[in-house]
Amino acid sequence: MGIQDRLIEDVGLREGVSRLTEDKIQKTVNAVIQGETGARLKAYAEICLRCGMCTEACHFYLSHDQDPSYAPAAKVKQTIGTLLANSGRVSPDQIYNMAQIAYSECNLCRRCVHFCPVGVDTAYMMITMRRICHKLGVTPQYIQDTAHSHSATFNQMWVKDDEWTDTLQWQEDEARDEFPDLRIPLDKEGADVYYSVIAPEPKFRTQLIYQAAAILHTAKIDWTMPAEPGWDNSDMCMFTGDFEMMGRLKRKHFESAQKLKVKRIVMGECGHAFRSVYDVGNRWAGWKHYPVPVVHSVEFFWELLTQGKIKLVSKYPGPVTLQDPCNIVRGRGLGDKLREVIRILVDGEIVETASNREHNLCCSAGGGVINCGPPFKNARVAACKAKADQLRATGVKTIIAPCHNCHGGLDDTVHKYELGMEIKFLGDIIYQCMERPET
Amino acid sequence: MYGLYNFVTGPLVWASFAIFILGSIYRLVSMYALAKKKDAVSLAYMDWKFSFRSIFNWLIPFNALGWKKNPVLTVVTYVFHICLLATPILLSAHIILIEESWGVSWWTLSDSTADIMTILVIVACAFFAGRRLYQKDVRFLTTGQDWLILTIAALPFITGFLAYHQLFNYQVLIIAHVLAGNIMIAAIPFTRLSHMFFSVFTRAYMGSEFGGIRKAKDW
Repeated sequence: MGIQDRLIEDVGLREGVSRLTEDKIQKTVNAVIQGETGARLKAYAEICLRCGMCTEACHFYLSHDQDPSYAPAAKVKQTIGTLLANSGRVSPDQIYNMAQIAYSECNLCRRCVHFCPVGVDTAYMMITMRRICHKLGVTPQYIQDTAHSHSATFNQMWVKDDEWTDTLQWQEDEARDEFPDLRIPLDKEGADVYYSVIAPEPKFRTQLIYQAAAILHTAKIDWTMPAEPGWDNSDMCMFTGDFEMMGRLKRKHFESAQKLKVKRIVMGECGHAFRSVYDVGNRWAGWKHYPVPVVHSVEFFWELLTQGKIKLVSKYPGPVTLQDPCNIVRGRGLGDKLREVIRILVDGEIVETASNREHNLCCSAGGGVINCGPPFKNARVAACKAKADQLRATGVKTIIAPCHNCHGGLDDTVHKYELGMEIKFLGDIIYQCMERPET
Repeated sequence: MYGLYNFVTGPLVWASFAIFILGSIYRLVSMYALAKKKDAVSLAYMDWKFSFRSIFNWLIPFNALGWKKNPVLTVVTYVFHICLLATPILLSAHIILIEESWGVSWWTLSDSTADIMTILVIVACAFFAGRRLYQKDVRFLTTGQDWLILTIAALPFITGFLAYHQLFNYQVLIIAHVLAGNIMIAAIPFTRLSHMFFSVFTRAYMGSEFGGIRKAKDW
């Protein structure tokens, strides 16, 4: 019982701690605690009553045979709590353990917020732990690679500048077979909509760009995509603890939209990028709210469908269930709109999972956990058992998940627990069912 | 014995209330100063409406998800806190002391009701101790601080109960009771008992973030 019994070998963490000494650790920990944290951390650490009410909130706990070391407060105790109790003086091996907990055993989903009477924010404690790990140079290799990519290219997948425009033109070309006058307008000044994506879309989910172009074209939206960096709204640096780079990323994204004088940014179906834009990255960059209006595609699709800009020729056969992504539902209250969109698109009922809306169970992939890559995959999917049980209990064959991380995580989950379900983006369904413009 | 009694019910009470009030002011003021200096990105989002929305919703038993999922703990927690606060403030023996000193008094509980409420506090403390010892997740979390505040909270009630029923040596027990009460009052600002006032602000902050930025409920 406890983190020491389940250590996973990761070269990023191992190499990182090999360079540490207790002195170096203590100096860095105290620099972060004294320099970057304040009353929030102090109050949370002091008033957590160790009552155990949050225990049942966590899918890691629920999925691991009720192992108490996975409870939210227990994860805090084993990480930042231990640092505070020892004035930051711990061994390199302890840092390894803490890094594994903070990066791979908490999705920052904030379900535990709904369980804590005194309002302790476990996600904040975990992200502060990650910040310390980042400063110590102890980060899982795979997610650090995406953070490096952000630093070098302003996108998380090492997509080069010419590859980006090339990919867009390729998708435009493909789509013109189906929609002869379709364009993916690049750098169009003053457009109504600036469409931004996460880098995995041009890298290996190009059909999503195709679909988005088809939908925007059909709805006759005045839209554009930027030709230069800034197009990737994703933010792995927010999750590694590299806040300086997180701020640069958000600034680049917003400034790219400002340069084109667009009316608003519409984002693809991603959860964490949305969190970075409205809640986290904007703050670091000094914007209390965002400088350019940002709309998640759930809201955008809701507009298109309710305003009749997209009409359907058929409905998607239900019943369906849905995954409430934490960053857009618990994090941004889009639960109602998501259900309204699904009701318009689907013929049949929505079978809710036992925990839904703000109280949903996490997909176990978000918060950067899936980005920690193959070494942590089995542990991640194991933590999704509670979710898998809830999905199986719905008895339906389709899961609608408007988030890339949820998609990836549930894909593995459906496979591992043999749920026999298919997972859909809203864009998949709209593209499939919408009325095509006459040619 | 009378000298000691007079000391704990006289100067020591003044001292413990002074520590409580001045200590609380100090903790609140310094915490606010720290928040202003270091937590600007949190303070900026504080919002009266959403603060009270959150506090109100969490005060209703079985309203929040956490209360719903921990029904026994919820009942015990509410009973414990109500009895812990109401019993000493409304106990006739306490009011008589105050009336003799200052000539002010207020409505009191009947002695039998206060007795039951005292027993409820003691039983609740035993329940909390039992969880710390036997419930796996809580045992994993428990630290010395948690035992300390549980002891500090339980002692005035245990000694008060014994003294009221004149069990064992009354004179010793009544002094122990007053002493335990003084310790509890003085300990509030400097132990985890500070959740008495800090949790109002952490709750309000969470409510503000969820209401204003995340546009979702936090209960």
